[in-house]
Amino acid sequence: MAAPALALFGVFAVVPLLGVLVLSFMSWDGLGDPVWTGADNWGRTLSDPVTLNAMRLTAIVTVASWLFQAPVSLLLGVFMAGRQRYRAVLSVLYFLPLLFSAAAAAIAYRALLDPNFGLGAALGIPLLAQDWIGNPDLALWVVLFVIGWCFVPFHSLLYQGGVRQIPASLYEAALLDGAGRVQQFFHITLPQLKYTIITSSTLMIVGSLTYFDLIFVLTGGGPGNATRILPLDMYLAGFRSYDMGRASVIAVILVVVGLGVSLALNRFSGASRMESQMEGV
Amino acid sequence: MRLGIGRRAGAVVAAVTVAAVLAACGGGRQPGQAPAGGANAWALTGESGDVLGAQFDAWNEAHPEEEFAVEYFANDAYKEKIRTAVGAGNAPTLIYSWAGGTLEDYVANGNVVDLGDSTARLEEKLIPSVADNGKVDGTAYAVPTTHSQPVVLYYNQEVLDAAGVEVPTTYGELLAAAGTLKDEDVIPIALAGQSVWPELMWIQYLTDRIGGPEVFQAVLDGEEGAWSDPAIVEATTKIRELVDAGAFGDTFGSVNADQNGDTALVQTGKAAFLLQGSWVYPDFVAGNPELVESGGLGYAAFPVVEGGAGDPANIVGNPSNFWSVSADASEEAQATAKEFISTEVLNDAAVDDLLAIGTVPPITGIEDKIAEQDDADYLSFVYGLVSDAPHFQLSWDQALPPARSQALLDNLSQLFLGQIDPQQFSDAMDATP
Repeated sequence: MAAPALALFGVFAVVPLLGVLVLSFMSWDGLGDPVWTGADNWGRTLSDPVTLNAMRLTAIVTVASWLFQAPVSLLLGVFMAGRQRYRAVLSVLYFLPLLFSAAAAAIAYRALLDPNFGLGAALGIPLLAQDWIGNPDLALWVVLFVIGWCFVPFHSLLYQGGVRQIPASLYEAALLDGAGRVQQFFHITLPQLKYTIITSSTLMIVGSLTYFDLIFVLTGGGPGNATRILPLDMYLAGFRSYDMGRASVIAVILVVVGLGVSLALNRFSGASRMESQMEGV
Repeated sequence: MRLGIGRRAGAVVAAVTVAAVLAACGGGRQPGQAPAGGANAWALTGESGDVLGAQFDAWNEAHPEEEFAVEYFANDAYKEKIRTAVGAGNAPTLIYSWAGGTLEDYVANGNVVDLGDSTARLEEKLIPSVADNGKVDGTAYAVPTTHSQPVVLYYNQEVLDAAGVEVPTTYGELLAAAGTLKDEDVIPIALAGQSVWPELMWIQYLTDRIGGPEVFQAVLDGEEGAWSDPAIVEATTKIRELVDAGAFGDTFGSVNADQNGDTALVQTGKAAFLLQGSWVYPDFVAGNPELVESGGLGYAAFPVVEGGAGDPANIVGNPSNFWSVSADASEEAQATAKEFISTEVLNDAAVDDLLAIGTVPPITGIEDKIAEQDDADYLSFVYGLVSDAPHFQLSWDQALPPARSQALLDNLSQLFLGQIDPQQFSDAMDATP
C-alpha cells in the first residue's frame, strides 16, 4: 500500500536531496561541468560573514515568530471557539489573510508601507510613514509582523479546533468548584491543548526555516543583508550568483537543522507517547 | 507509535526538501519545443518584445518551412531560466542576452557559435561602441537586436523652478542643488535603493567621470587591487557625501524601481532628479503626460566631476540586448537563426517600430527618421548621447560574472546604507574571488 507513496517520496525528495549533498562538494556555476572540490564549499560557506549573518537572522526569525504567533493564535483560537456575540463575523475577518497568497500579501504590504505613497502618506500620519522596509533596523521586525499576519489565522484555526474538542463537562465541573475564567483557561484549556500546542509549534518552527516567498517579494533580503535569512541566502547564492556549491551547502544545513528540530520537538514534548488527556472523563 | 513518528518525520523531510528539490531542478521546465530540427527563440515581454515579435511574425510568414517558435518571459524570470537552460544543453536557438560577463561565460564553455558573415549587413550600420559589446576577442558572438539604453539624468523642471535651481553641469553644482532642494522639503534625487541596481548607475558614472573607462576595465581584467583604484575610492566617497547630505532623501531603501517607485516620485513632484536608464521614459509619458508635453520633464547628461580624467561624453547603461546562436541547436536551426540575423534584425521596419515606441536603435544615420517622431527632442537627445559617446560602458552587474556582480550589489547597498565605508567597500570587493 505504501509503495506508490514511497516511490514518489524517493524520486522527488530523497534522490534530489542526495544530489544536493553531492553538489555541496562540487564547484558549479550552472554552465559547463561540475568540478569536485572536496570540502572547499563547506569551509568557504561556514566562514562567510553573509551566511553566518543569515544563520543568526534565521534563529531570530524562528524564535521571534514563535513568541509572537503562538500566544496570539492561542488567544484568538480560544476566542473563536467561544459563543460570544459577533464571534462569527470577527472570525471571518481573522481568517481572511489565509486566503491570500504570500506573494500577494507581500506586494500589498510593500505598497501600504511605502513611506512616500503608502498608508502614512495617504492618511497624513507621519508616524506611519516610517522607512519601514528600507531601514535595516526596522525591516526584520516588519517582516516578522507580516509573517505573523499571514500565519496566525492558520494556527488560530488549529487552536479553535482543539478547544472545541475539550468536553464541556470539564468546564461545568470547574464552575461548580468556583473556578474563574482565568483559572479555567490555565487549568483546563491550556493542559487540554497540549498536543495542539506541540503540533502548531512544530509547524511554526520548521516553517520559519523555510520562509522564502514572502520575504523575497517584500524585501528581497535587503536592505543590505538585514532580512537575508538562510533560505533566501540559498536562493540568491544559487540563482543570482550561480554558486551552486555554496547554495547546496546551505540546503543541506537547512535539511539537517529542520529534521533535527522537528524530531527533537517530538521527543522532548512527549508527543511520541501521545498519552490520553481524557483520563477520568 | 513509531510508525507515526516515521510518517511525521517523513512529512517534515518532504517539506524541508522542497527548497532543496527546487535548487536541484530549478528551471526544470523544458523550453518550448520547436518542430524537429526547427529554430526557436526566447525573448522578453514588454514593448520591445512586441517589436521582436513583429520581426518573427514577418519571418514566419515569409518562411513557412523554417518557422521560429517564440516564447516571452519577464525580465528576472528570464535571467534565472536562461542560464540553467544553456547549462543543461536545452537553450533556445536564439539566446537573448545583455552580452558582457554572461556572453564571455557562454563563449568560454562553447555554448554559442561564431556568427560569421551573418552580421555583415549590420556591421555597416551599427554604432561601433554598441556592436563591440557583442564581440569576444574580436569575434562576433552576439548581435544587437533592440534599442540602446543609456543612463540619463531626468529632472522635474517645475520642482527645479520652484526651488530656483539650475540644471547642474558639475558634481559640485549637483551637491549644492541637493542642499537647496532639501531645504524646500523635496527629495533632491529619487533613488530606488530597494532594487539596489539603480545604485550602480551612480558608482558607474562617478568612476568614469573621475578616472575614465580604464579603471573599470582593470576590474574586468581581474587586476590585483583594481577596486582600490583612487578613482573608485573617490567615487564611493562622493556617494557617501551625497547620502550624508540627504541628496537621496531618508527613505530610498523603501523605493523599488520594478514598481516604478522612483519615476513616481519625480512625476508627482516629490523628488527633483532621477538617474535612470532611458527605458523609464515611456513610463513618464504614461504616468504624467501633461508634465512631459509641457516640457516639465527635463533630461541631461551626467554632470562632470571637477578635475576628473574621464571624457564627459562617455555614457553608461545597456548598449543593447543581443542575440546569440546556441551551439546545442541543430545545424539546420543554426542556419535558420543566422539567416534571420542577416535579414530581419534591426532592419528598416524594426528601426521604425523601435522609434515609434519611444526608443532609439543603435543604428547610424537615422537623424532624419528621428526628427519625424512625436518625441523628436527626447529621441534626438538620446541618439546624440549614444552616437557621440567615445565609450559606452555596459552596466557593471552585466559586465561582471554573476558571483562578482552579486558581491558588488551586496557591498554597494551596504555602502549606500552607511554600513560600510569607502575603504571597506574597496577591501571587500578586492577580496572577492
